[in-house]
Amino acid sequence: MNRKQKKTLIRILSSAALMAAFSFLPVSGSARFGLFFIPYLIIGFDILKKAVRGIANRQVFDENFLMAAATIGAIVLGEYTEGVAVMLFYQIGELFQSYAVGKSRKNISELMDIRPDYANVERNGSIERIDPDEAEVGSILVVRPGEKIPIDGIVIEGTSSLNTSALTGESLPREAAPGSEVISGCMNMTGVLRIRTTKEFGESTVSKILDLMENSSSRKSKSENFISKFARYYTPAVCYGALALAVLPPMIRMLVLGGAPEWGVWIYRALTFLVISCPCALVISIPLSFFAGIGGAGKEGILVKGSNYLETLSKTSYIAFDKTGTMTQGVFEVNGIHHNKMEEEKILEYAALAECHSSHPISKSLKKAYGKDVDKDRVSDVEEIGGNGVTARVDQKAVAVGNGRLMQRLGISYQECTHAGTVVHVAVDGSYAGHILISDLPKPHARGAIEELEKAGMKKTVMLTGDGRSAADQMAQKLGIREVYSELLPADKVAKVEELLREKPAKEKLAFVGDGINDAPVLSRADIGIAMGALGSDAAIEAADVVLMDDDPLKIAKAIRISRKCIWIVYENIYFAIGVKILCLILGALGIANMWLAIFADVGVMVIAVLNAIRALFVKNL
Amino acid sequence: MKKTYKIEVDCANCANKMEEAANKTKGVKAATVNFMTLKMIVEFEEGSEPKAVMEDVLKNCKKVEDDCEIYL
Repeated sequence: MNRKQKKTLIRILSSAALMAAFSFLPVSGSARFGLFFIPYLIIGFDILKKAVRGIANRQVFDENFLMAAATIGAIVLGEYTEGVAVMLFYQIGELFQSYAVGKSRKNISELMDIRPDYANVERNGSIERIDPDEAEVGSILVVRPGEKIPIDGIVIEGTSSLNTSALTGESLPREAAPGSEVISGCMNMTGVLRIRTTKEFGESTVSKILDLMENSSSRKSKSENFISKFARYYTPAVCYGALALAVLPPMIRMLVLGGAPEWGVWIYRALTFLVISCPCALVISIPLSFFAGIGGAGKEGILVKGSNYLETLSKTSYIAFDKTGTMTQGVFEVNGIHHNKMEEEKILEYAALAECHSSHPISKSLKKAYGKDVDKDRVSDVEEIGGNGVTARVDQKAVAVGNGRLMQRLGISYQECTHAGTVVHVAVDGSYAGHILISDLPKPHARGAIEELEKAGMKKTVMLTGDGRSAADQMAQKLGIREVYSELLPADKVAKVEELLREKPAKEKLAFVGDGINDAPVLSRADIGIAMGALGSDAAIEAADVVLMDDDPLKIAKAIRISRKCIWIVYENIYFAIGVKILCLILGALGIANMWLAIFADVGVMVIAVLNAIRALFVKNL
Repeated sequence: MKKTYKIEVDCANCANKMEEAANKTKGVKAATVNFMTLKMIVEFEEGSEPKAVMEDVLKNCKKVEDDCEIYL
């Protein structure tokens, strides 16, 4: 608690104690009035002051005025205890609210505790500790175990494991060795690293993310806008209602029915109206829910750029994916060796050796699959045949490695592959030895991710890819994606997304998931763009509405579940708060609800709504 | 031009009122108050002097909620 809150707490306690003590004293009349005025002033003087100032500034209908009017009214009517109690509970509510909001502010800023406080820069052989802002591009930083990497850069010396959990929510450490790019915000765990910075602090990943988080709840959702509009009309409406309730029924009783006006009864009822009229519960709990939801998502490595996007995400029921890099790993690997007449390792060895001088991605993946050092002395007479492959002598054997056209050219009969991917045929000494299939692999969780999305009620899962038809169809089948559009150019993807947008009902939203590298136009065209594996990719962070820091596709479904929980809480709070208030207004008008129930409708509802809002922060087990 | 200011305000409704007041101030194109992060993001109209505009914004905000502060 801060000083202001402590002071309020002391005022609450002392005025409550005085009120309790005085209600047992056998005094009545003006003495009782005088006694109760002491706790009333202790607890309410600031509210009264603000109410007077509000009137002076022509801002009449604020909660201070309402509380002042209601409590003074109650005291004038002789309901001293209730007058003081209303003020007391109102202050308790305010204190609780300010404590809860402060607590969740702190909670969330701790979650995002990635801001590095300093950087150790090597200058003229000695190490200086400076503000990360002052480090120039190309500075050499020293990061010891237990310190955060302050600025993006490249490791020039040392090896270590990095903990990225503050950024990605992923607990598996990343390895760093000389030459590897490291990202600011990661925690260095095991060894000392020397890093050459490649960016300024302001352009580093950590600054970008902090900036995004800090501005995220500024893009307000429809629910938030609804609430602020509602509050603008609700309070004055209830105040005029109270005035009408205080004046009209007694007048009618007196003039039309000819009975006693019963002013006191109706004014008391009108005062309960005033107490109920404060919109605090709604006004605080809705933004708090979104704030907690965005904070909780951030903890899981899911950055949502605004409450409006969280709202849209929760309504997603159509989802389109990019293939390469999103659902697949985007790296080409040897996926199988078929129709081989010799051992698999032997074929790979021949292929890797024959391709040893090439830097083509295909030959890289062959070498990677071979796994051993390539002894170039075993290879001679290498001849590259553009668009076909290579021929070479390996261990004095004539080896041909390439596509079907190469085999045709050499007059060797070969076997077509039925699988999707790039096929490398191998012939040794003029006879066919088999072929090697190289293809992109699905991410380990890709299939599970699609299942999770279907479970979350997606009506359509669509894959959009620039790849060939057979590769796309097979991958989609493997993953369980029902609709595939292949051989699309980037512009075709936008057109396809627009077509999908037209087909679906307006209330249901379409999300596009991509890796942000070449699908920025599609990301921005869809109702909501989700970028994956964004750690270190500025383009993705800028183009998307939701950014998944690591590249695990399971996070897509998780993001949707988090958004749904948050929106559910928002609606709970809206219906609960408005419902209870309207109910109490009706009961108050009929004279069934007294001041105490009105206090519950005001403060009680606010406390419950705030506690409910904080629930949006807990997303671990979703 | 867009600028972000740190603010101090106690209740969410007061933050909404500040937003309204800021939006009505001359020279402000759009203003958003974020109660949760205690920030005010102001987009200025072209050709207006942010410093002078912000002083008016502060004055107008004080009118609707005297217990508020904008750190200029």
